[in-house]
Amino acid sequence: MIWYLAQRLLQAVGVMLGVTVITFLLVFLLPADPARMIAGRSATPATVASIRSELGLDRPLPVQYVSYVKGLVTGKMGRSYAQKAEVTRLIRARLLPTVQLALAGIVFELLIGLPAGIMAALKRGTGVDQTVMALAFVGVSAPQFVVGLLLIYFLSYLLPIFPLGGYGTPLHVILPAITVGLAGGGWYARVTRSAMIEVLRQDYVRTARAKGVFPTKVVFKHVLKNAVLPVVALVGLDIGVFMGGIVIVESVFGWPGIGQMIWQAIQLVDIPVIMGGVIVTALFVVVGNLLADIVYPALDPRIRYS
Amino acid sequence: MDTETSNQTGRGSAANPPRAAWLGRTGIGRALAALVVLTFGTALAQQGGSAVVSFQDDVSTLDPAIGYDWQNWSIIKSIFDGLMDYVPGTTELVPHLAESYTVSDDGLTYTFALRDDVKFHNGRPLVAQDVKYSLERTLDPATQSPGQGFYFTIKGAQEFVDGKADEVSGIEVVDDHTVKFTTTEPDASFLHKLGLNFAHIVPREAVEAADGDFGHQPVGTGGFKLKEWVLGQRIVLERNPDYFEAGLPYLDELTFQVGVDPNVAFLRLQRGEVDILGDGIPSARYTEVMADPTWSKQVAVGEQMQTGYVTINVQMEPFTDVRVRQALNMAINKDRIVRIINNRAVPATQILPPLFESYASDYAGYPYDVAAAKALLADAGYPNGFDTVLYAYNVAPNDRIAQAIQADLAEIGVRAELRTQAQSTVIEAGGAGEAPLLWSGGMAWIADYPDPNNFYWPILACASNIPGGWNWSKYCNEDIEARAAYADTLARTDQHAERVEAWRSIFVDIMGDAPWIPIFHELQVSMHSTNVTGPKEIFVDPMHIPVHYEMVRRAE
Amino acid sequence: MASGSAAKAVGRGSAVGRAPKWVRRFVGNRAAVAGLIGVLLVLFVSIFAPLLAPHDPAKQYFDGLTLEGFPLPPERPFWFGTDLLGRDLLSRVIYGARISLIVGVAANGVAVLIGLMVGVAAGYFRGVPETVLMRITDVMTAFPALILAIALAAILRPSLWIVALVIALVNWVWIARAVYAQVLSIGRREFVEAAGALGVGTFRTLVKHILPHLVSTLMVFGTLGISTTVLLEASLSFLGVGVQPPTPSWGGIINESQSYFLNAPWLVVFPGVSILITSLSFNLLGEGLRDALDLSERR
Repeated sequence: MIWYLAQRLLQAVGVMLGVTVITFLLVFLLPADPARMIAGRSATPATVASIRSELGLDRPLPVQYVSYVKGLVTGKMGRSYAQKAEVTRLIRARLLPTVQLALAGIVFELLIGLPAGIMAALKRGTGVDQTVMALAFVGVSAPQFVVGLLLIYFLSYLLPIFPLGGYGTPLHVILPAITVGLAGGGWYARVTRSAMIEVLRQDYVRTARAKGVFPTKVVFKHVLKNAVLPVVALVGLDIGVFMGGIVIVESVFGWPGIGQMIWQAIQLVDIPVIMGGVIVTALFVVVGNLLADIVYPALDPRIRYS
Repeated sequence: MDTETSNQTGRGSAANPPRAAWLGRTGIGRALAALVVLTFGTALAQQGGSAVVSFQDDVSTLDPAIGYDWQNWSIIKSIFDGLMDYVPGTTELVPHLAESYTVSDDGLTYTFALRDDVKFHNGRPLVAQDVKYSLERTLDPATQSPGQGFYFTIKGAQEFVDGKADEVSGIEVVDDHTVKFTTTEPDASFLHKLGLNFAHIVPREAVEAADGDFGHQPVGTGGFKLKEWVLGQRIVLERNPDYFEAGLPYLDELTFQVGVDPNVAFLRLQRGEVDILGDGIPSARYTEVMADPTWSKQVAVGEQMQTGYVTINVQMEPFTDVRVRQALNMAINKDRIVRIINNRAVPATQILPPLFESYASDYAGYPYDVAAAKALLADAGYPNGFDTVLYAYNVAPNDRIAQAIQADLAEIGVRAELRTQAQSTVIEAGGAGEAPLLWSGGMAWIADYPDPNNFYWPILACASNIPGGWNWSKYCNEDIEARAAYADTLARTDQHAERVEAWRSIFVDIMGDAPWIPIFHELQVSMHSTNVTGPKEIFVDPMHIPVHYEMVRRAE
Repeated sequence: MASGSAAKAVGRGSAVGRAPKWVRRFVGNRAAVAGLIGVLLVLFVSIFAPLLAPHDPAKQYFDGLTLEGFPLPPERPFWFGTDLLGRDLLSRVIYGARISLIVGVAANGVAVLIGLMVGVAAGYFRGVPETVLMRITDVMTAFPALILAIALAAILRPSLWIVALVIALVNWVWIARAVYAQVLSIGRREFVEAAGALGVGTFRTLVKHILPHLVSTLMVFGTLGISTTVLLEASLSFLGVGVQPPTPSWGGIINESQSYFLNAPWLVVFPGVSILITSLSFNLLGEGLRDALDLSERR
């Protein structure tokens, strides 16, 4: 396992490099001029050129990239073009809320999705199953913005149970997490259900049942462990993707996450902030998928890594 | 997540030119300003309390040399001051940090006498050296100030920027409370430029101590000082007890909450958690609010120095023919477009907004006449119309407005393919001259200062007809350029009327060339809770956009 | 799924009664038939849109808005109400079906296909292919699709096919990781190893023994994904990549009107329900087919 982890660490470096190169290229492919965006509309061409040079944007692309990576290695992500503040500081300010929302979101996804999916699989073909299936589709089809707005309107405004958006107490995270959890929960429910049905069909499960092993034990020991594999995959991805921020939810609930920061940076072509955001995302994607890969053998001992 | 609100573009101003020269000389200006302040406030009794302002976007920076968006503009004005400022709620220019000033007869030298009762938030009194430092800082390329270009008329600025001199010779510290500016040529808008944020005064020691992060650690002379900034969440300002304007600000504490969606902000306003909607009324609730008797009392509506227009690239076929451009002007149903944005604007007949003195109120512009437009097109050789492309900024309501324009153009046979993209790419396309038609909404022109030349030089001049320039119609009329340059030399007070007329005829003649289709002049709309009050004008202040925070006070 | 009396009704003598077994099983499944009807309905609407739509979807009626510029609620002659530009919502929803079908079914389908191939290759062959493919998956997950979309919007002529490409490029990672997890587990089962020992060809093994276990999961991604993809298309078109106004798409209509939800809910409800019906119908149809053909039962 140690050897495996060491390998993955090395590969992680490769992934990060890959992501940064691609993003760097993409950002510079954008027909947008960061210097122009900062200089604003009344600036003379001399001012724009001066700003461009101050930001080092007139250097050839590979030179800029190498300089950027050098900074990364020493823990520096440069300064935001628009704010002039250090990117690491900007990210640090938003990191904890992003983690909190990501984790809370995943918890709700599982809370909503797993029991629903299991129930639907066990009661396959009945009204319960069809209701769960339909609800899952509704959850996934409903636009997050609308869900968030509705939740706030009914549970924060009409009935003052929750705060009207914002950040600070555990109560603040519930509605945003539910918004995330409804859509993701729908996915988790369906995937769990189909994976469970799939496993329930296996010969060895039938055999266990035939042998008279108590049904609950059968379900929870063998079936669930194997059925949950694709869900683990989704959770791993969610960790990574959520850590890149969930802009819509952050925006509706006023949650100070990384997503809003990256979105604004893209509008302003604030390259250091964009790169910083992408790097944070890539880091957590790697971590999330790695965690999932480590969990698989725990669930199914026959899975091994060389 | 870019929920649309009633303040799409934000900044504006009214039209009065600087009569302040005379006022400054006799000190009456300051007295008048004080009188205005006192009549606005039943002042001292109403002091105290706090207010919350909501914004969706994060505040990028509070460094006056750098901040240049409509959101941080007035926050910066609350923390910093400049030599000149505007009477609250108006566009009348008056001395601010300067007690008085004189202008030499040749119009090249401005001598300012500074007030002696101004202190920075760190306790140190303001001296003339600070003025010189602040302006040199703005000119310094290392600062990357967007406003650098405004101050090249100061003698020695070019040499300083080029690195040939280590100070700007045209800014002279005569003594601790007197500073003298010398310009290279008469500049009628020079005093306005000294009222811009880029010329607000900053203390050297605080800038250096912040080590590049002054934007998050602002120290100024203004009515509010920074108490707390939680990145991504809120900025808290507190009253500056040493502020030189007696009685101001009224509030003890002012909080800006960021990241708040306008629809949610509206709900919070109703609950009393938010006092001022920084982004305005969410469009979805707008008609409801204006129809409600209680809510409509909390709304303030004001004019702006703003025009929303479609630029026509005069260098691209078939727009090289003025008849085609004129035909386009006659094809747009501006009333319908104004209705689409809930009547939050006034249809435009010309380039300048009505508040400018140089506005030609007798000029009717191009009428909405589809038949005549088609006839003109046929005249120009396009009886069956033609295909073209219309660029627009994708954030609502600009995509809708662009679609309305597209539909109107289709009526005369001009089939415009619509490209709604991110702002930066639209700006790029416009600057590169690739956009045949461009709806400027969301990026539409609001004057930096209330002078007509600000509507010409950056967006219609030959000088800005360069790659990357904001003159997206790539318009260049040498004749008009010369007239504009001349008009700007008419800096003396006795030349004022001539100047107003000069600019009026310039803009009317430009309309004859039809490089733009002016569509509307947007109104500024803001809403506040019943917890705060103040004169209506300060809630739609044309210069301190959107709100003149120092003039807001708690309601009884 | 309940079979009920329908099965008896189609039992003897009728044309269906003489049809292959799978057809009979399908027809007996009420939910599956409902799904089929739903899919046919959506197909019908998208093909015959010009005949079905009562108004021109691009026509902005001056009286389609109130005097203050607010959209009209559902009421004759606008049966679904009007949108923010005074256009007939019903006509726009009808025309929007085309975009949503292409994007939701085709683009999503391609994403599922790519994800399937990557996940199976990584999970079955292990070793170097596994490492390479899974790390590529990592990169593509962290990949800022938003920026790609903006860049493409500015460089290329906006078209639906670019949207489809971006969607496929971005969404396949989910299927890949889920499939990979399942294949890892399946791949070690005894019978597979036995089959391998017997020298049965790789491709055959994959199709006969691995694929059937994946069908359920693929079904979920292929149908639930329609909803997600349609909504994603809206974001991409918003950035300028895909369909440009005034071409309507369900996701696009929702996108531009969602902040009006509390005041003009019809703008979100009608396209939203359409999306729901479409993806649900495809799902019911797909599961019905799978059950009828007994795909995943096949050994």
